[in-house]
Amino acid sequence: MEKLRYALFTGCTAKQSTPEQMMSTLAVADKLGIELVELTEASCCGASHLQDYDEFLSLVLNARNIAYAEKHGLTMVTICNTCQLNTAMTKHKLDNDADLKAKVNEKLAEVGLEYKGTSQITHFLYAIIDDFGLDKIKEMVVTPLSQFNIAPFYGCHNIRPSELQNETHKSPESAYRPTSLDDLIIACGGQNVDYEEKNKCCGFHVELQAPKTAAILTGNAIAGAMDNDADWMVTPCPLCHLKLDTQTHHASEAIGREVQLPVLHMQQMVGLALGCTPAELGLKHHVAKVDFV
Amino acid sequence: MEHTITTQKVKFKVFRFNAEEDYLPYYDDYEMEVTSEEVVLDILNRIKWDHDGSFSYRRSCRHGICGACAIKVNGRSTLACKESMNDMVELFGNELVLEPLSKKRSVKDMIIDKSDFWEKHAAVQPYVVTDVDEAPEMENLVSPEDAEALDEADLCIQCGACHYACPAVEVNDDFFGPAAFAAAYRFEADVRDESETRLMDVNQMGQGVWDCVKCFECREVCPKEIDPIGKITKLHQKLFQEGKAESNVATRHAVGFIHSIAKRGVLDEGGLVLYSEGPAIVKHMPVAFKMFTKGKIPMPWQLPKSDNMDEIKTLVKSSTTAKF
Ligand code: SF4
Ligand code: SF4
Ligand code: FES
Repeated sequence: MEKLRYALFTGCTAKQSTPEQMMSTLAVADKLGIELVELTEASCCGASHLQDYDEFLSLVLNARNIAYAEKHGLTMVTICNTCQLNTAMTKHKLDNDADLKAKVNEKLAEVGLEYKGTSQITHFLYAIIDDFGLDKIKEMVVTPLSQFNIAPFYGCHNIRPSELQNETHKSPESAYRPTSLDDLIIACGGQNVDYEEKNKCCGFHVELQAPKTAAILTGNAIAGAMDNDADWMVTPCPLCHLKLDTQTHHASEAIGREVQLPVLHMQQMVGLALGCTPAELGLKHHVAKVDFV
Repeated sequence: MEHTITTQKVKFKVFRFNAEEDYLPYYDDYEMEVTSEEVVLDILNRIKWDHDGSFSYRRSCRHGICGACAIKVNGRSTLACKESMNDMVELFGNELVLEPLSKKRSVKDMIIDKSDFWEKHAAVQPYVVTDVDEAPEMENLVSPEDAEALDEADLCIQCGACHYACPAVEVNDDFFGPAAFAAAYRFEADVRDESETRLMDVNQMGQGVWDCVKCFECREVCPKEIDPIGKITKLHQKLFQEGKAESNVATRHAVGFIHSIAKRGVLDEGGLVLYSEGPAIVKHMPVAFKMFTKGKIPMPWQLPKSDNMDEIKTLVKSSTTAKF
């Protein structure tokens, strides 16, 4: 197989509150022989909030990020569900509205850039599944996760809105019965846990303005996984990760029950199965201790 | 291609509850041969007509316009008369669970007490507010372009599918919910409307647009493709454009992104929380401390910065259209 190359859009958390996500992404890419060219020029995607204030600016900034991937002639790979949504949504809007694209390009021209629409955008989860291939992952597993019940937590912005995601992912995923993460767990040798909350919201985006709503949603998600005998949870979204990993105290209080599970990034799970060391995967950076390795 | 009708066996688990007689709900099981021509409402009819006459549900138009027949199939809000059984089987397999839109609001089987939905609908002034001449000489014309601004929000059939799929409604009794916001948008976007209060009503913390968790469930389930979350975003924008967004943790959170991006390209996560919360940031200290000990909060001098900051600064300056 020809070596896979992507332009890596790290998003903001991988450089701050989830350093382990950056570490594990690089470790897994290295194991799989995937080359990642980091888009060091990229700015924040607006994280689903900037567009509430200024949609045009959000489009311009996201188009600028994509323009850099285009300069490399590469598909952009994201490692955050919300970055994925905002970037893919920008691409969809610009590719389907010539006037808007022209207006955005007028701005980008001020800094010598142009959005053409030539780069695809995908999340690392789908790059692994669709481009690298689950079968090949299976073959490369050196430490099967067979003693673990693993609860997938999909996160909203990779699976909804489904029309957009289906146009972006090569293999369409159902918003109601998503399978990508379950399939990946199985490929890594683990048991996938089915539970009602796996495709529900973690509440991250209203943590500041509606803390009680956010805490109940987090609590329900962890409780759902615990009630179905999960040993740990896994998610492709660093924002879900932050919510599920660091906010368990509020979540427990909100739902009147102690809830906590280790919550791994999708990359950390794959890395464990491929034989990366805990240090390479940054497992010591979790608040809910990862003490099973 | 020749049109062939296929049949397949489907097992149904059907929610039953009669508020006048039952203490707890229970489920009845049925197995049926289902044809590829049928919709979910046909199954509800067959349960009532062939198996149990006491089974209750709402339906009226059978054409996806009255909004009465919405229920949940395997947890997914669905308009029963519009949803094909084939699609449901394809999505969920041959075992389907039929439940009311909200189990806790069930009065009898699939029939729910929708009063919360209607109260919230009423709370957003769901009508055009304007001074109308009692004896007008001509109609009040709206141009096609102006009508387009409604963005099809007027196609809502009040089925409640989005409302009872919304996780924020589920956990927060005060939250108006996606259908009410879509209605609020519909009248806000109407050129004839002069309401002074509607936008301020949806601007409230707790019940208003700021408490939407951005999960896109409402967009996913709406049988009329209204995209309520899209309308919520437009209401957010309108609040800023009309200078009505009060300075609170939610509005500062949205605006804080610009400050961070203009300064560093990537977010200064701690700075954003400080800007949004102000002195109330102290309540986050226990969590912040835990994160700090795990190496999840960089020191100020370790904060990342995007390359080519001059480009980002230029674009923020020249492309910003909103004011706060
Ligand atoms: S996007 Fe907002 S309004 Fe729509 S279902 Fe989710 S929380 Fe409710
Ligand atoms: S917005 Fe759509 S789902 Fe919600 S009540 Fe109206 S028609 Fe039903
Ligand atoms: S019966 Fe009227 S919408 Fe289904």
